[in-house]
Amino acid sequence: MSEQYSTFYVGDLFFGIEVVKVQEVLRYQEMTGVPLAPEGVRGLINLRGQIVTALDMRHRLGLTPRPPEVTPMNLVMQSDEGAVSLLVDEIGDVLEVDSDCYERVPDTLPAAQREMIAGVCKLDGKLLLVLNTERAMQMQ
Amino acid sequence: MSLQDDFELIKEFLIESNENLSKIDQQMVEIEKHPGDAELLASIFRTIHTIKGTCGFLGFSLLEGITHTAESILSQCRNGERELTPRVVSLVLETVDATRTILQSIEETGKEGADVWQQLRQKLAEEEQLGTSAEPAQSRRAGNERLAAGAIETLVAAGNAAANTTSDPPAPAAVTAPPDAVAPVSDPEPVPEPVAREPQPAAATNASDSAAKSNVSVADSTIRVDVTLLDKLMNLVGELVLARNQILQHSASQEDANFVSTSQRLNLITSELQESVMKTRMQPIGVVWNKLPRVIRDLAAICGKEVRLEMDGAETELDKTIIEAIKDPLTHIVRNCCDHGIEDPATRLSRGKPAHGTLSLRAYHEGGHVNIEIADDGGGINTAKVKAKAVERGLLRPEQAEHLSEREAINLVFAPGFSTATKVSNISGRGVGMDVVKTNIEKIGGAVDLTSRTGLGSTVRIKIPLTLAIIPGLVVASGGQRFVIPQVSLLELVRLEREDAGRLIEKIHGTPVYRRRGSLLPIAYLNEILQLNSTGDFESVNIVVLQAEDRQFGLVVDGISDTQEIVVKPLSKQLKGLSVYAGSTIMGDGKVALILDVMGLSQRAGLSARESSSNTQQAADGASVVERQTLLLFRSGSYERLAVPLSLVARLEEFAKDRVEQAAGRPVVQYRGNILPLVTLSDHLDGPGGGPQASDKVQVVVFSEGDRSVGLVVDQIVDIVEEEVAVRKPSRHHGLMGSAVVGQKVTDFLDLGAVLEWSGEQLTSPGAERKMRPLLVVAEGCPLERGLLRSYAEMLDCRVVEAASVSEAAEAVAQKKADAIVARPALASEIRERLPRALVYDVEGRDSMVRSIQALGAALGAKAEEVEHMAGVTA
Repeated sequence: MSEQYSTFYVGDLFFGIEVVKVQEVLRYQEMTGVPLAPEGVRGLINLRGQIVTALDMRHRLGLTPRPPEVTPMNLVMQSDEGAVSLLVDEIGDVLEVDSDCYERVPDTLPAAQREMIAGVCKLDGKLLLVLNTERAMQMQ
Repeated sequence: MSLQDDFELIKEFLIESNENLSKIDQQMVEIEKHPGDAELLASIFRTIHTIKGTCGFLGFSLLEGITHTAESILSQCRNGERELTPRVVSLVLETVDATRTILQSIEETGKEGADVWQQLRQKLAEEEQLGTSAEPAQSRRAGNERLAAGAIETLVAAGNAAANTTSDPPAPAAVTAPPDAVAPVSDPEPVPEPVAREPQPAAATNASDSAAKSNVSVADSTIRVDVTLLDKLMNLVGELVLARNQILQHSASQEDANFVSTSQRLNLITSELQESVMKTRMQPIGVVWNKLPRVIRDLAAICGKEVRLEMDGAETELDKTIIEAIKDPLTHIVRNCCDHGIEDPATRLSRGKPAHGTLSLRAYHEGGHVNIEIADDGGGINTAKVKAKAVERGLLRPEQAEHLSEREAINLVFAPGFSTATKVSNISGRGVGMDVVKTNIEKIGGAVDLTSRTGLGSTVRIKIPLTLAIIPGLVVASGGQRFVIPQVSLLELVRLEREDAGRLIEKIHGTPVYRRRGSLLPIAYLNEILQLNSTGDFESVNIVVLQAEDRQFGLVVDGISDTQEIVVKPLSKQLKGLSVYAGSTIMGDGKVALILDVMGLSQRAGLSARESSSNTQQAADGASVVERQTLLLFRSGSYERLAVPLSLVARLEEFAKDRVEQAAGRPVVQYRGNILPLVTLSDHLDGPGGGPQASDKVQVVVFSEGDRSVGLVVDQIVDIVEEEVAVRKPSRHHGLMGSAVVGQKVTDFLDLGAVLEWSGEQLTSPGAERKMRPLLVVAEGCPLERGLLRSYAEMLDCRVVEAASVSEAAEAVAQKKADAIVARPALASEIRERLPRALVYDVEGRDSMVRSIQALGAALGAKAEEVEHMAGVTA
């Protein structure tokens, strides 16, 4: 058994999402800011007539704000309640990962980060963190 | 035309009947092949029965007569009293054809047409008699020949009988009819000749009658469409409208005349298409109303009342989703009117009113809205009773009740958990009702208003939008962003020149107001509400005057561009919590804009004014926690606004001044079998004799702890408010804890520790108690339940954070350092699993909450001791 993951980078973290959950990947889009919105919400994008909320993964993961020279990419994800876009630093390849490599998140991770990670895949030379998409889309 | 009123009903009847008739054609042919199919027979019977029933109701006696006999014959077949012979089948088919002809005539002329159905009627009558007189077994054995022979005799007899009994002028025709009528009998073919011949004369006359009219019948011009398909169409049209808006915007900058004119054309077509698609979803409000006469009849019977229902404007059309949404609220209001509003006949007569009450429903369009009025001529709302009930239910304190205006009192009916019915009936009085009505109607962007005149009746007015999907909106700019304000809430636009604005927008205690035709209009700044940076450097000040429920306010925006038809798209769940937005939309240039929620804005405006007036304090005290509290506001001496948390107040009392006695040189009153020491607040805050006490009554706020109490004498109780007290400024004045902005005014918070010190009483040290107030997470999915649990916890002097889910609770514990979580057992066990280290208590109601908090107090006490002990050890 193996699973395909669409991968991306946020800061120096290497993340993956099950490929079936990903709708599309887009270059940076112009956004409409939402005043008073929770901090993780960066704005609204017009995706061919559909309005999609963009969440800043750096903020969701409690990382430092993205430096201005890095233009984020949109990783549009399907969910039960419509599409949501995750703003990430860089898009990686789609990787096929053997399910033997999958492991639970070590308990020693700080609670805030641990919640966002569903599991860890041990790859050659690096670790792929599987994003807990449900948690990532949930504000408070 | 007398039938005009029933036109809708008749149209529906025609569509339905025609559909059913075509089904019968098939079914009859089918049943000839399988004569034993009981289900098929039952279905045919039902169809004929339905048509008969509706005919009777609509007063089509001719049609009713024919279908009635056919129904009887079918009924006999169904009960096994008669065999379904081809003859019977032919006869039924003939009836179907006749029915169809009459229906066609009804559709074209509104009348059943000339009575040319004597033959058919006779055949039917004869057949019916045959069934009852002839033994079924015999008829089953008998061949067609024998049956036919017998039939002729019976037929002649029946014909004579018919001629004698019917006084209709065309009766003689019956005499000539029999020979023709025999034809199908002797003919074994199931399709008899007269069937084809019969309708012809009628059809001919009808055709000439309707020469001017359209040839397409109602049934042919109507199809049934799945609502989901309509929804999809609506969505697509929404998209098209957006695309059109984009093209129009683009075409404005184009030179190409061809392109410009094409886009104009596209514009027109789109608008028309939009309108048409909207119409497909429109239904007359009568769809909902039609069910009400029955509801009222039953209800009136149960209550022993006489109620007459009047309906006006049943043809008023509304979007299907809205029709669905108002169905229940409307029924509820009507029930309420019957049950509570209209008096029983005896009472009515004694009041000089007719014995039967009148309930009138009225619906009409008004500027993009539909107004629905439900009025009764009953006793109106007894405000005294309403107030008493509200006090009894704990929705109101007795002191508040006295000061309520008539209108406020009436609107108490909409408060959650309120019902004035003294006994719970199966009709109403379960305490869920008008509040649900109100929320449901507000959910679809509507408003409910209730007016009442004692003794004359009450009126509920509902104002709802025509449709929800596409609305006209005003595009405004603020802080460099565009926003859309729904036109519905818009009253007017005011433009002030920059130099005049400073003079025309005045300030009361820092709150800006504008004199609009003599009355004061509160002003709010959109950029402040949304915390946007605005340069504020504009030539003019634009005020958008808005209506939020029953109040008006002016919203200052940076710029106003134009009105547009916008397609409302809901916000994602991450943004659902923001009450200031009603949704989002895509503008002509393809960018997203937010739609403002006027109600949410006005609520937020109060808050933002508070924040802006105390910005400096916020800077000094960055870590202030927003906490919602219920506060008692009062006045004393030179202090106009003082507050204490209501949770600390035991009671509010009023004593006659001569009841104040002296004990050990201090003022006291006898109170509930105890001696209550009094502290006159103004003596301590303003110095002795500071406050004028001209009145012969004293207002006392009683604080209690166990069986010891202290009374605080104040000048006047001002209000009870529930607010988020966000910002506090510590005070150095003895007796005051600090100041905060409450209800947009600076309010001083009283230090109860000082009050107790003045009284000489030692309750517990309130300072310590304040620190000890546990922070509780109330976890519950249902907002209503959560609110209830919260109120229990607050009554027990806990600080409360609400959480709607397990993860929210977890977050609250992690971020706010909450002491414990309370939740219903099911959720509590889930939380325990997730957060093994947290203190989690099961609560079901008030009592278990009390127990939980006592347990929590003990646990925290133990912890505090431990900490102290540890501190001692390290020291």
